Amino acid sequence: MSDNLVLEAKSVSKFFGTITALQNVDLHLNKGEVLGVVGDNGAGKSTLMKVLSGLYKPSEGSLFFDKEKVTLNSPRDSQNLGLEMVYQDLALAGNLPIGDNIFLGREPTRKVGPFNFLDHKKRKKLTEEHLAKLKINVKSADQKVEELSGGQRQAVAIARATAFNAKIVLMDEPTAALAVKEVGKVLDLILNLKKLGVSVIVISHRMDDIFTVCDRVMALFQGTNFAESELKNTSRDEVIGWIMGKKD
Amino acid sequence: MDHGKKRLMDKNQESLFVRLIPFFERYGILLLILIMIAVLHLLQPDVFLSWRNVTNIFKQVSWQSMLALGVFMVIVTAGIDLSVGSIIMLSLMGLAIASKAGMPWYVVMLVAPAIGFLCGMFNGIGITLLRMPHPFIMTLGTLYIFRGIGNLISGGVPITGFAEQIRVIGNGKIKLDVIFGEGAREYIPTSLILMIVIFFIFWIFLNHTRIGKWIYAIGGNPGAARAAGINVDRILIVVYTLCGFLAGIGGLILAGRTNSAYPNAGLQSELDAIAAVIIGGASFFGGRGTVLGVFAGVMIMGILRNGLNLMNVSVFWQQVLIGSIIILAVYIDVLRRQLATRT
Repeated sequence: MSDNLVLEAKSVSKFFGTITALQNVDLHLNKGEVLGVVGDNGAGKSTLMKVLSGLYKPSEGSLFFDKEKVTLNSPRDSQNLGLEMVYQDLALAGNLPIGDNIFLGREPTRKVGPFNFLDHKKRKKLTEEHLAKLKINVKSADQKVEELSGGQRQAVAIARATAFNAKIVLMDEPTAALAVKEVGKVLDLILNLKKLGVSVIVISHRMDDIFTVCDRVMALFQGTNFAESELKNTSRDEVIGWIMGKKD
Repeated sequence: MDHGKKRLMDKNQESLFVRLIPFFERYGILLLILIMIAVLHLLQPDVFLSWRNVTNIFKQVSWQSMLALGVFMVIVTAGIDLSVGSIIMLSLMGLAIASKAGMPWYVVMLVAPAIGFLCGMFNGIGITLLRMPHPFIMTLGTLYIFRGIGNLISGGVPITGFAEQIRVIGNGKIKLDVIFGEGAREYIPTSLILMIVIFFIFWIFLNHTRIGKWIYAIGGNPGAARAAGINVDRILIVVYTLCGFLAGIGGLILAGRTNSAYPNAGLQSELDAIAAVIIGGASFFGGRGTVLGVFAGVMIMGILRNGLNLMNVSVFWQQVLIGSIIILAVYIDVLRRQLATRT
């Protein structure tokens, strides 16, 4: 295994009462790597992501960030370690401009006497710089999110996740709700993150996504590790077979 | 194609009408006020724009505007506060009782805002901690409770006669002898100054502080606010508490204006406040609206009532007109949302 390991899960299990959602699942992620996670509905993909982001505590097994063992009590903990999750429902406020959404809850402020006021100029500047860095094109940083297309909203959600130097970004079906012409832009954005040295885990049902952006793909089946391969050593048909629980 | 060029082309492709929308969205309401003023001036050239009538309008709207400003913040969070009319009455009664008990004027002055603060906090805690399904229900309950308590502590009878220092707030005059010469009758009402100062403070609060931003975010998408680590319940308690506090200030202004605490004080004024907020362009769905819009909404209601009174239009017709304007204002809001979400 490489020295660039940023995230590792070792034999993680998660039980909900009598239901076993995950059983001894292993996962590792290298710096600047895009890992695709595939599997049928109920295979445990989302549960695994929630364990990694600290939303669920694993019943068994352990997590390592930068090779150090950690215990996550909430998503805040994983955020502090540099892991951000892009939610499927995007979690954006449509009535607010792009910049406000990216910095929501972490607004830059300036002190005037005893009071803290929003630093509108700084927020706008940081927003424009960050959007430019990710090559996200919008009319203006002051545009309201509700005026954006689905793809642009996804881009804003990703920009929000990466605004504070995230090292790892988890994305749950980032292209599921998008028009065909917008999928490409979001995939380009993921490749851009990779270039910037960010590690990404993408859950997707779409083979096109997986085979465009991923370096490696792993399949879960009924809550267990089923198969895993470097992308160059596998094929679409094989990965589709894994999702259905078939191995040659 | 370079980005700036593309933007220019998009602009040109939009029709003139579409390009005018943001302008009307921002300034349309001020335009409406100017039209109303012009029409009423033409109809009542001697009276309407007289110093006496204009100050009268401001004195009338000053206490109502406090309710509207509080309800506005609540509506921005996609909530509602039906109890402000009762809070104003309860805080007025509390003030009157404190005054009758012989407390010094500076204590009496604090009583009304303090009662409003506590009433608002009670609403906020009920809505968040008791997990009431909708603020409508909690504040409908407290609409009855607060007015009931007000009548219980006062015995249901009016209490009149307050200290001069209390009266100044709602009834004081800042003489303009300096401008108009010795003994001039022109003056600025103290309550107008107070109203402007408070609106300015809340404008700063909503537009230039993090909590203000979060209030808008909660109205836009409470889930997004939670995901961003914002303590939504805590912010909601702050909002309802401030709303009650402003109603308490309204009670203080009303005390000065009428020199009396009476059982029907503020009756149905919560509905006027909601109407002013909606007319002022805030969306009932939350997340949308401005402090300036609230001010405009309050002024439209005030000017309309005043103008119709000057022209001897019956109160019944006034009700019909105000109701129609509310429906029209909300319909404009519906159209605006349709246009805003066009792709």
